[in-house]
Amino acid sequence: MSGRIPAIAFSTFREAVRDRVLYNLIFFVLLLVASAPIFGQISVGVERIFLVNLGLTAMSIFGIVIAIFIGIGLVSKEIDKKTLYTVLSRPVRRWEFITGKYLGLAGTLVVNTFLMTLGFYAALLFLTRQLGRADANILVAVYFIILQFFIITGITLLFSSFSTPIESAIYALAMFIVGSFAEDLRGFAAMAHGPQAWLARIASYIVPNLSMLNVITRVSHDQIIPASLIGLNTIYAFFYVTIVVSGAVIIFEFRNLK
Amino acid sequence: MRRRVVIIACLIAVLSVAGMVSSAHTVYRIRPNDTLHDALFVSSPQAVKKLSLGYSGLLANIYWTRVVQYFGGKHQAGAEEYKALAPLLDITVTLDPHLIAAYQFGSIFLAQPPPDGAGDVDAAVNLIKRGIQANPEYWRLYYSLGYLQYEKRDFKAAAEAFDEGSKKPGAHEWMRTMAALMHAQAGDISTARYLWSRIYEETDDKNIKQNAFMRLASLKVDEEVPQLESAISQYQQRTDRWPASWREMISAGFLKSPPIDPAGEMYLLKPEGRVQVANPKLFRFARHGRPKSPEVP
Repeated sequence: MSGRIPAIAFSTFREAVRDRVLYNLIFFVLLLVASAPIFGQISVGVERIFLVNLGLTAMSIFGIVIAIFIGIGLVSKEIDKKTLYTVLSRPVRRWEFITGKYLGLAGTLVVNTFLMTLGFYAALLFLTRQLGRADANILVAVYFIILQFFIITGITLLFSSFSTPIESAIYALAMFIVGSFAEDLRGFAAMAHGPQAWLARIASYIVPNLSMLNVITRVSHDQIIPASLIGLNTIYAFFYVTIVVSGAVIIFEFRNLK
Repeated sequence: MRRRVVIIACLIAVLSVAGMVSSAHTVYRIRPNDTLHDALFVSSPQAVKKLSLGYSGLLANIYWTRVVQYFGGKHQAGAEEYKALAPLLDITVTLDPHLIAAYQFGSIFLAQPPPDGAGDVDAAVNLIKRGIQANPEYWRLYYSLGYLQYEKRDFKAAAEAFDEGSKKPGAHEWMRTMAALMHAQAGDISTARYLWSRIYEETDDKNIKQNAFMRLASLKVDEEVPQLESAISQYQQRTDRWPASWREMISAGFLKSPPIDPAGEMYLLKPEGRVQVANPKLFRFARHGRPKSPEVP
């Protein structure tokens, strides 16, 4: 087992980095980051804030797009190309295949984010001429963005384990949007009564709470993110990912592949 | 054959570009007030915040840029009204309550009298108070509030704002001085000069620096013109006629040399002993030395 998951993960990573769309998206993010100083100049007093907001938002949104559009093909492509049967005819379990696929895409996203972060810091250095301690704080927001990617990748994998790529993309995108309103769902649950309150409360736990993983605006103002939030968000993301990947494994185990 | 197709396609493309540019240019010309000016696509700040899907910081920056562009465009056109300014600022600071630039510069845009701003000092005070509520430790916002209260001639409120701000971390020492001046001699030119000198020295923004420079120059005019007019009045009392030129004033010993305004030009001697600056556009904040309306540019 020990070698099979990394092998699948590496193969998924290799396949993902061959995708030209991926490079186009990364290039577009870097282009946006590079143009941020120009946007800052047509405004007043917000050059650095603009760069941080634009850079991190672009990284987050495009990363999520990459996670969804590569994630939806993780299983279906293998089925369409019939390569899945070759893989599963070897001593590879279905759960190992799903876990390996997940880790491969998650790894791809981490490498992408690393590249985009390098580009972002280069733009920041160009704008401010020096990097200070406050700039290191931005890495916390980048870390949270990566946690968002992990969650969205897991959700996409879960949907792609039982539905078509188009359906998976729609469901994952919907989860991303609803996840951005998770705090509002909690607020709605607090105001509602009876079954509606329960439903809203349950829904607020089911959807990923992406708003608490978004600290872009805070780091743009050099606000320090408490260590407790970093720890709790890490734990939350870990459990959420474990749940959705487990769900994907269970569904895939019972899926009729004939 | 293929070459001919390529040449024809290139020609068509070039002609189309010319047609497209020319038609767009015509559309721009017949629609000088485009939608950027007074249109608010979504007027509810809360709705805009929800629509941002958590990326409210970037949206706040975009709205702030829109405020700057809107203000700049209107200002350049010499507008007397800035209808969308306050709502745009409201959306901006709702999206990001910590965007200090929006409070600092936005309050100036709101407060300055038309055509330099919306002339709504109360809206500017409310904006700054909102900024203080969201950023209570930022001393410069108290400074902005003090300045706005000073403009409203509410010297007690101005003193309170300067005093409160002087207690915040990193506040300049002169915040205390400003508070004391507001209590003691708020209406004096020396107080105004002190305030604008601090703004001039403090800011890195070239527009605010320029504005402070113009204010200081206008204050100098406000100081010099009454002195000159008083000297002319004395001349009239002694000779029973108004002087025709500065030379006459110099010959009579009232002046040592022709008086020069802060722009380096000679003050103009007008009928009935009035004194005027040569270029009133440069001293639009001055209360003295400017031509009477409708001559005022």
